[in-house]
Parts: sequence; C-alpha cells; structure tokens
Amino acid sequence: MALPNLASASGRKSAAKSATKLFSRAGDFTGKNSLEFGKEEDLHAYREMLLIRRFEEKAGQLYGMGFIGGFCHLYIGQEAVVVGMQMAQKEGDQVITAYRDHGHMLATGMSARGVMAELTGRQGGYSRGKGGSMHMFSKEKNFYGGHGIVGAQVSLGTGLAFANKYRGNDSVSVAYFGDGAANQGQVYESFNMAALWKLPIVYIVENNRYAMGTSTSRATAQSNYSLRGSGFGIPGIQVDGMDVRAVKAAGDEALEHCRTGNGPIILEMLTYRYRGHSMSDPAKYRSKDEVQKMRSEHDPIEQVRKRLLDKGWSSEDELKAIDKDIRDVVSDSADFAQADPEPDASELYTDILL
Amino acid sequence: MPIDILMPALSPTMEEGTLSKWLKQEGDKVTSGDVIAEIETDKATMEVEAVDEGVIGKLLVAAGTENVKVNTKIAVLLVEGESADALSAEKPAQPEVPKADADTPAAASDAAGGKARQSADEPSAVADSKVPAQPKIDLAADPDIPEGTEMVMTTVREALRDAMAEEMRRDENVFVMGEEVAEYQGAYKITQGLLQEFGARRVVDTPITEHGFAGVGVGAAMAGLKPIVEFMTFNFAMQAIDQIINSAAKTLYMSGGQMGAPIVFRGPNGAAARVGAQHSQDFSAWYSQIPGLKVVMPYTAADAKGLLKAAIRDPNPVVFLENEILYGQSFEVPKLDDFVLPIGKARIHKTGKDVTIVSFGIGMTYAVKAIAELEKEGIDVELIDLRTIRPMDLPTVIESVKKTGRLVTVEEGYPQNSVGTEIATRVMQQAFDYLDAPVLTIAGKDVPMPYAANLEKLALPNVGEVVQAVKTVCYK
Repeated sequence: MALPNLASASGRKSAAKSATKLFSRAGDFTGKNSLEFGKEEDLHAYREMLLIRRFEEKAGQLYGMGFIGGFCHLYIGQEAVVVGMQMAQKEGDQVITAYRDHGHMLATGMSARGVMAELTGRQGGYSRGKGGSMHMFSKEKNFYGGHGIVGAQVSLGTGLAFANKYRGNDSVSVAYFGDGAANQGQVYESFNMAALWKLPIVYIVENNRYAMGTSTSRATAQSNYSLRGSGFGIPGIQVDGMDVRAVKAAGDEALEHCRTGNGPIILEMLTYRYRGHSMSDPAKYRSKDEVQKMRSEHDPIEQVRKRLLDKGWSSEDELKAIDKDIRDVVSDSADFAQADPEPDASELYTDILL
Repeated sequence: MPIDILMPALSPTMEEGTLSKWLKQEGDKVTSGDVIAEIETDKATMEVEAVDEGVIGKLLVAAGTENVKVNTKIAVLLVEGESADALSAEKPAQPEVPKADADTPAAASDAAGGKARQSADEPSAVADSKVPAQPKIDLAADPDIPEGTEMVMTTVREALRDAMAEEMRRDENVFVMGEEVAEYQGAYKITQGLLQEFGARRVVDTPITEHGFAGVGVGAAMAGLKPIVEFMTFNFAMQAIDQIINSAAKTLYMSGGQMGAPIVFRGPNGAAARVGAQHSQDFSAWYSQIPGLKVVMPYTAADAKGLLKAAIRDPNPVVFLENEILYGQSFEVPKLDDFVLPIGKARIHKTGKDVTIVSFGIGMTYAVKAIAELEKEGIDVELIDLRTIRPMDLPTVIESVKKTGRLVTVEEGYPQNSVGTEIATRVMQQAFDYLDAPVLTIAGKDVPMPYAANLEKLALPNVGEVVQAVKTVCYK
C-alpha cells in the first residue's frame, strides 16, 4: 500500500487500512489486526519475546540480590516492539536506543551472557564491565547503544543514517526513544535535518505512557506522537505496540519507505511497561488495575502463546519445552554473570583514547 | 528444590528495609509477576514481585519487621510437586550479608555486589586503594623540516583551510559540516573554496541547531566516518556540550573499546573584540578536564595546519580551539606535501635561561611581546607554546623549570581552575625542589566580558601584567 505522505487525516486513513492500526487516543488497544503470522513467525516471536521477559525478570532478581548496581530499567511489557522491528530489519540496519536497552540488545542477537555480565559489572560483559546497564554496544550486531542521556540517541541515530546516505548504501538506522524523550529539543533538531536531507531513519517512539512518573497527559501538549514530525513533513503511524504482528507490519512499511529514498518516518508504538521506571520506582502514579488490565488483556507474549495453541501450531508440552530452553539460557547467563571475575584493575586506564 | 525468596535491594543505596506487609500467605499459589509483599526502602514503599511460579511454603520474616538486611531469606517458594513438609526444619533466617572473606569465585561476586552499596564516606578497603599507574604516552617529536624547505607566509585562516582540503583529498570519509560552511564559504571564511572542490555531499551546511548537528556528527563518527564539525564559535557549542562530552568522549570507554568517535570539533574560541559576555569565552580549561577528549589550541599558522591534519587523522574526538583574532595573522609555514605535527607535544618557541613562560593560543601574543621587552631589561625568557592542552606536555614544562627555576603562565580564560592553575599545581607537585619562586598565573579577570572598550581591555590580560609577573618571579 502507499504510505501516507503526511500524518494527516487522509494519511492516517490509508495507514489504517494496512496491518497497522490507528487509535483515537493512545492506549486504545483493540486487539484487531489484519496481518497474520505464519507458524514459524509466531514461534520465532514467542521465543524472542520470552527470552527478553525471562532475562529481565532474572535481572530484576539479581538487582535485588545486590549483584547489579546503580540504575536498572526493565523492558517487561514492551517486548513486542523490538522483536517485531527486528523481524522487519535486514542485515546492516543499525539500532540505537536509550537506557531501557536490554531487550534491544537481546533482539539484535547479542548474547545473554555478555549482557548479563555487563549488568553485574564483570569482565565478560559487552563493555568489559565499564559500561553497565545503560551503556552497551556491539559493532558486530550493529547495536550502537545504550545511551544514558534522554534524547541524545535520537541525534546520534540520525548521524548513523547520515553515514548510510553518505556511503550510498541501503541500510536504515532505527532509533528508539520514549514518550519522555519525545519532548527534548534535539529530537526536533534531528527531525528537521533528517527530513531536510532525506536520511534513512525510522524514529520509533516507544510510548509506554509514562516518562518516569509523569503520564503523557501531564507532560505533553500533543500526545499523538505519530504527528510529531508533521511540521517537517515526516509521516507517522500509530501502531499497536503490544501486537508483534502489527509492529512487524509497520516496520516493513517504514523500512521500505526509508530504503526507497523517501527520508525519515515515525512509528509510534503504543506500549506499556509493567515494572517501574527503574528498580527503585514504586510506580505509585498509576493504579494496580491499570497494570493488571494491560497484563491480562494485552500481554504481547500471551497473545502469541494463545494463537499458537488455538491454531494447533504448538502443544502445551512444546511451549513448555521452549520455556525451559529459555529459562536455561537465562540461568546460564546469570550463573556466568555471577561467577565471571570483575575487570582487572588495569582496565581502569584502557579504552580512554585509541 | 524450594526457592529462597530474599530481601531485595530496591534502590542503588538500600542496605536494609522494613517488611511492611505480606500480600500472599503460606499455601498461596503465585505466578511470576504477582506482588507478594510490600517493603519500605530508604526511598519509598515498594512492591516485591514473585520471579518464579510456585506455592508459598513458608514466610520466614513477620510483617512489620524493621531493619531487615538485604539478601535475608524472607520466604520459601515450593515449586511444582514439592510439599511443605520438607520445610519443617527451616529455621527463621539470619541476615545473609555478602561475605568478603571467602576466596571462592561466588563469594567474591557477593563481595562485589555488596560493595556497590557501601556509603560514599566509608573508607574503602586497603586492597581497593591499589590504583594502577596511569600509563605513560610516548610522543613523537615534530618532524624534521628538510634543509632548504621553502617557508611560505600563510595566514592561520589559510592554513586551517589547507589542512582540511588536504585531508579531504586524502580520505573519502572526511567531511565538514556546520553553519554556513558551504555556500556562504564559512562565517569566518575558514572553509573557503571547499564546497567548490568537494561538493555538497562533503561540505554540508547545517541549520542553526548546534545540539542536533553535534549529535549527528558523533553518530556519523560512530558509524566510521570522520566528521569535522565547525561551530561558528565555541560559545554556541555550549548547546552541544552534552554530545561532545557524554557521547563523543565517553563512548570508547563505555563500549569497552568497541567503538569511539573519530571526530573534530573546531571553530573560534575565546574573546574576539567588543562582542560582549555571551560571545567571549575561552573553553580550553573546560574541555581539558574531560578524559576521552584531546584538546588542541594552536597559535601559529604552521601549528594550526600540522595539528589540524593530525586531529582529523586522530581516531579520538578532538576539540580544536581556534581564535578569531589569530585567523588573519601570518606565519611561516613549511611548503611540504604532508606536514603533520604530533598532538600532545609542546613547542619551545624561544629558548632562554632565566625564567619559563608557558602559554598557548592567543595567550602567546602577550607572551611574545613581553619577552621582547624583558630582553631589553636583560631577562632571558624561555617561552613554551603548549599547543595541546590535553594530553598536556608537562615533561617539556618541567624540563624547562628545572633549568630556569621560575614559571609564569599566560592565558585569556577565567582565572579560577584555569589551565595555568593546573600547570602550577603539577609543577609544584613534580618539581617543587627546582622552584625558586612561586608560580604566577596570568589570566583574564574574574568577570563576564564587558562590552565597553576600556572595560574589555581591562578584563583581558595585557603585556604589562606578563612583564611584571616575570620580574616578580625573578625578584626584580
């Protein structure tokens, strides 16, 4: 289908006909989607999302035990966003995000051991223990961090897209940021340049409704983030970010839009984080019912699980076997991350300058 | 095997908390994500969620218990097929604090976990104080200029332009971006002619959006390009300083050496003339504090050329501080195909035996005039042009001080925490026995730059102050 040129009323209508969905207001999860996954796609999405879920639960546990220090922001609830996007991307596309980044790293194929060992600050971590939860990178997997300054990754991601255009390759930069970062000035400076220079970048607003403890309604004058690029002529689509199929479909469209030289596009993923902003956030700014409703009615993993069973693509036993496999991977990463030594003292002065 | 549920740490600083309420009782079934208890931490009341599925076998700490240490066993969870009978022997738990004395890897890990929560004022263990020595950097000397090399009088402006053009010819990955760098030919004409030679792909006009384009430059550098980001002045780079420091300077370290940012941030820095407080500030001391950055501040055209070429080739982020007043000044530049100077190496501008002056950038103009006057009075000054502020060539300064016993520094920046005070501190620490007088530091005055011509003149250093300072350290 044709992409909307602008996130105008007509543009939104045309997007609505596709697999992506539009909402009258953020958070209206209707659960209707036209795009269907085949068995292999659903099984793949199930595994990938479950890995992130179990990994994050384990990270939370290790934090509680004192193995992980400082800040630790869990991705639980938002798994469909990165998994769906990763399914749409191709080799060479770059990924960059902020500090709620463990899910993105696992989705790009970074090893659970390497990520967990970085969380515990050990030498086997991706940054040899010098980055921590918020600062990890993998050149091999085209993962460009892992950034602790809200909004900075949007300009950096735009720079990755600049490099793609400069080199004349057909790679696309995928830059994730939250509804909180969407109010930072440099985001709009970046939108302007990306639109002006037609840079191949998909801006993904992971709208989980809360910037730390401030709900979107209290923080933003325009809570439809898919419209945030309209002043620059950047099209935007709102997507049910709890449905991995909708994410994949929107990702396909957006990446194609960028690869064919049309410049940037915004995907607003309507999603939800189940846990607090960080481990020390009691999340008193929302009701238990709100969280519970989201978990019971829109859980991204449960949706896939139900489909697999309903369609007879997997038996309970087969799913149990997958669960076990994933628990094993996660346990192994946790064991490794606890047993691995801290970085050698000599690491203090390495990697400052080349 | 039953799973122990431990008192969790729920903030970076939590060591103990109050178990205020149990939300599940013995015999209750829980699934992952269920809230099982409420805990009051040093910050807030937090919910504890179950990680595993099972049945609560035993609650080991009563609701309302205060000062429960992190990692104390608070409950036991029975997993599928286990019976509570197995738990009859379970005793109320003692706090399990991480042990630092065992030498097994697991116990060492515990110590690591626990250590992160030591309060800041707690003295660290003796073993922790063994900080490895900072590695020494061996620097190359300036390249020899072959006998008979033609020296061409060149302005700093042309030297900078030539450096960029030569490096852009040499490496396809080098490009320049900034406000008015292309069509306008540079706000200060530093990029004159580059658009015509290299085209709009490699000479990129940006909108007025310092924070954004600095970030775009760093992102492009992380992807392997070699951007030269021109700031119309470094005063405007304050909008972008987050990207320079938090993104460009720190990424190599934070990524464990996987990726960094080979980028040059350049433009005029410091006071021009009569442009007032917001357009007249020297940032050399600011950037020089940041590990992961190199900071270059040339005075002569030859240094400007050789060091900018080096900065563009350098795999690290380099802050290259120019000066508007120096742009039009001419100096001899050797006519060589590829004149590259080492970053981090000071240049002895003039040798002398009585007193050492260390300066850099436009500060050199005061020093050069002062030494001519001092010569008339029989004081033979050794003048060192630092050229690079970070890494700082302290060995050259100290060698000189060992010879002269006296030191004066000259710069235009603010006096507190200046480059001069840094040099004075280090010379005091490393060459105390060689000093025959206190080190004096000449800097700008401790005021925002005034607009009025007379006040502006007063706010900047002057030659008389340098002459007087040199006489003072010589006790003359």
